[in-house]
This record gives sequence, structure tokens and C-alpha cells, in this order.
Amino acid sequence: MNASTFSVIRARKLSLVYHTADGPVHALSDVDLDVKKGDFVSFIGPSGCGKTTFLRVIADLEQHTSGEITVNGTTPENARKDRSYGYVFQAAALLPWRTIEANIAVPLEIMGYPESKRKQRIEQALAMVDLQGFGRKYPWQLSGGMQQRASIARALAFDADLLLMDEPFGALDEIVRDRLNEQLLQLWERTGKTICFVTHSIPEAVYLSTHIVVMSPRPGRVVDVITSPLPRDRPLDIRETPEFLEIARRVRAGLVAGHAQGADA
Amino acid sequence: MRAATSLLRERILPVLVVVAAILVVWHVFVVVMNAPFERDQAARAGMSPSFAEIVPRTFSQTRPVLPAPHQIAAELWDTTVNKAITSKRSLIYHASVTLSAALAGFVIGSLLGIGLAIALIHSRVLDSSLMPWVIASQTVPIIAIAPMVIVVLNAVGITGLLPKAMISAYLSFFPVAVGAVTGLRSADRLLLDMMRTYSASKAQIFWKVRWPSSLPYVFASLKIAVAAALVGAIVGELPTGAVAGLGARLLSGSYYGQTVQIWSALVMAAVVGAGLVALVGLVQSVVLRRMEGR
Repeated sequence: MNASTFSVIRARKLSLVYHTADGPVHALSDVDLDVKKGDFVSFIGPSGCGKTTFLRVIADLEQHTSGEITVNGTTPENARKDRSYGYVFQAAALLPWRTIEANIAVPLEIMGYPESKRKQRIEQALAMVDLQGFGRKYPWQLSGGMQQRASIARALAFDADLLLMDEPFGALDEIVRDRLNEQLLQLWERTGKTICFVTHSIPEAVYLSTHIVVMSPRPGRVVDVITSPLPRDRPLDIRETPEFLEIARRVRAGLVAGHAQGADA
Repeated sequence: MRAATSLLRERILPVLVVVAAILVVWHVFVVVMNAPFERDQAARAGMSPSFAEIVPRTFSQTRPVLPAPHQIAAELWDTTVNKAITSKRSLIYHASVTLSAALAGFVIGSLLGIGLAIALIHSRVLDSSLMPWVIASQTVPIIAIAPMVIVVLNAVGITGLLPKAMISAYLSFFPVAVGAVTGLRSADRLLLDMMRTYSASKAQIFWKVRWPSSLPYVFASLKIAVAAALVGAIVGELPTGAVAGLGARLLSGSYYGQTVQIWSALVMAAVVGAGLVALVGLVQSVVLRRMEGR
């Protein structure tokens, strides 16, 4: 098995059932999926389709109830303990009592990076998200978009080849979002990380991804996996090309079909 | 200028109005409560003074049922400014005796409360086995416990400040424990998830997330605890016939019917209590502001 075919994430018949007072809820049902090294995979679907749950299972923040999943060839728990992924949440989740650089230092402190190395990593991470000079600020002094960039910098500061992002730009306005999408693509290009990205925006998913996983709710399952023919180098105006619109159409069709099936079930 | 006027209107004026209202009601009660004694005295002397003659006398009795504010003020002035601090008749001396026990108890109780909270949030077993006892401990009237603590500690040779401090600690550990448990559990779910993605240890999660998150709650409970500690120290002085402290002043005042002395000790206790709460509040605002760089 060479590097290009290595599955960073491999799920087979993965299911997760919550037991609630109203009976079982199938958050994930028989999900089969492979994410290869260097892929940018988006998970798209309406709320309740299990896209965030799937990301949380990969991160070992949630335990699946049946099926199999491996992350970096091992269990999610081991992968977490190996610190093999960085996770970016919907909200920036910065510690309000720490400056931006001290926030980025949190994972580095926990993982035992020596002081000198920490400084260097923080500088690098801040540069990657274009936040040089803001290290000494406190979170409340930054805009929402800058806070989210800081939280991405925190996930980039340590050596994890896998980046899990749960609707990181969901709360931001469109203009900020466009810029961050563009920066994220450049960052992915530069670092060669594998990225799993949860979103409910079709243009965002199509613009960013090499693969788009379309999901549907009740029970949460994969309806379609679309491999994008778009080149890796993507200017923002690629979103007006026929190829882009064709993929977007296919994603929308998948969402509609999944919704109809879900309603029948 | 504008700020000064609004401070006057919004902060100072309401307080002055309330104080004035209390003083008026107080004076009415002074007359009502002290008049029977004056009438009694006059009747024995075979006189029947008019109401207008009685009123001024009710404000200047030596052992009034309810002393007038100016009598308390005069007593306070006399026992603080006019007496050497080392004098047994100085209210500052007595307040400092009580204060030192209260502060020692506050420190012991707060540390105990925080320690207990840390244990409770990390262990389900402790939470379910210890918490009922913690709550039960506070349903026992302190006035019943205090003599036993004093007597038992006395029997093993511990006297002076420590037994009183134990009673203060007993009263102050409870709000701190409850506040700290709430605070330590208040940490943002998202932040805890984040720490988990780093595989952080329990100690790392505690110091980096839980403890800082808990501070607003801990400080709020410390304010309650410091006031409770003062009450504890005073109560600790009552059953032992202590010779020094605000409690001792209250006790000797009630033995000899010195109501003015009782009231001035009460006022002193209130001032010390308010001062302690204000001090904790000051530390709170400084710490919390500095934490977030504001």
C-alpha cells in the first residue's frame, strides 16, 4: 500500500444509535467511507444528518455502537491519544483568560513542547492564518472571523496530519467566509494535510473539496460521494464556471433525494 | 461633572433616603419602647409628666430598652477613638480579636471547601457519599455545635483563637464548597471537548480550564463565606464566656443590661462584616479583570 492509497479514515457499516426516552435515534446508519491521505472531504447535509456526529466519532468524542472505523490505521481512541488530529469547533472555543498566543500554546503545553519550540510554533501558526501581530491580544479584542482563525491556528500548531473541522465558518458573514475559504485552500495546498470539513453550504463544499459526502437525516447515512473534477488550484471565481455549477447541481440533487427518502422512511 | 451628578443621583441619593427613613422609624421606636419606663419612674415619684416632657428623656436613658442612634454613636466614638487599642475597653481591640479568628476560620474553611469541591467533581462515589453529610452539617444549628467544639478542643488543650476559627471554618466551608462545585462544573462543554481532543490529563484540564472557569463562582461564594466566618467567630465567643471579642461584648452587655454596649458591638460587627465582603469583592473584580486583560 503506497501513500496515495492509504486510508486515513476508513469506516465500514458504521452506526451510532442514541437511546433516548422517545426510543432509539439512529444518528448514523451503515456508513461506508474512505478518506485518503491528502484529501479534502466535505460532509454536507441538513441538520440532524449525522455529519457532526461522524466527525465526533472520528475524534473519539462520541462512540459508535456498531460497525468499524479506523483512524490512521488504528482505533479513534488510539488516534486521539497519539494526538493525530486537530479539531476546529463551530465556535472558536478560545480560553477568554488567555491571550491568542497563550491559547495556541495550550495544546503545545499539554503535548510537552519545550518553551523555545512553542514560541516558534505559535509564530508559524499565526502566520498561516494571517494573524501576525495579534498574539498578545485577548479573544474579546478580536472579531469573530479572527477568533475562528486563531482557533484554526491552534489546531495547526502541533504536528497532526489530519484536520477535522466542524462548520468552522458557519457563524461568519459571507465576505469573511469567502476569504477564509480561500485561505483554507491555500493552507491545505501548502501543508498537504488531510481535511474533513462539515458544512451545510453547497458552494462552500464544492469550492473546497476533492470529495463531497452528501448525507441525509433519519437515519443519518451517506447518499452520495462526489469526486470533484475541479483542479486543486481554485480562484474564487471558479464558482461561476459550468463545471462548478454542475457539481453543485449534483450535490443539491443528492440532498433532495436523501430528503425524499428520509421522509418516506 | 456629569458623572459626579449621576453618581450622586443614582448611587448616593437612594442610600441616603433609606438611611433617613430608618433613622425616623428608629426614633419613633425609641420613644415608644422607652416611654413606659419614664412613666413608671414619674408615677413612683408621684408625678404625671406630659408626652412632650417624656420624649426628650427617652433619648438619654442610661439603660434604654432601645438606645437612640446618637447614644450608640457616642459609645462607638468613646470606645474606638478615646480608648487605647490595647485597652480592654476598646471596641477596636475586641473587633480585632474576633476578626483574627474569623479570618483564620475563613482561610481554613475556604481551602477545605475548595478541596472538597475538587474531590467531589472528580469522583462520583464521593459526590454521592459525601454530599449528604455536607448538607446535613449545615442543618445543625451552629449555636448547638459551638459549645461542644469549644469544650472538646479545650479538653485536648486547644484554646484561644483556634476553637473559634474552627466554628468560623465550619460555617464558611459550605458556601465555598457549593460555589466551587458549581463553578468547576460550569466549564464550557466545548472547552472540555477540546481538551479531550488533546488527550489532556485530568490535572491539565483542571488547571487550564476548570479552575479559571470556576473563579467567578468561587469569588461569589467567598463573599458569603467571609460574612459567615465573622458570624461564626462571634457565636464561638458566646458560649465560652470569652473575655475578649465582639461576642464577649455582646454577652457582657446583656448580663449587665448595657444595651448601648450591645448595639455598638452589633454596629461594629456589621461594619467589619461589610468591610470584609467589600474587600473580597475588590479582590474579585481585580482578579477577574486582569485575567481577561481588561
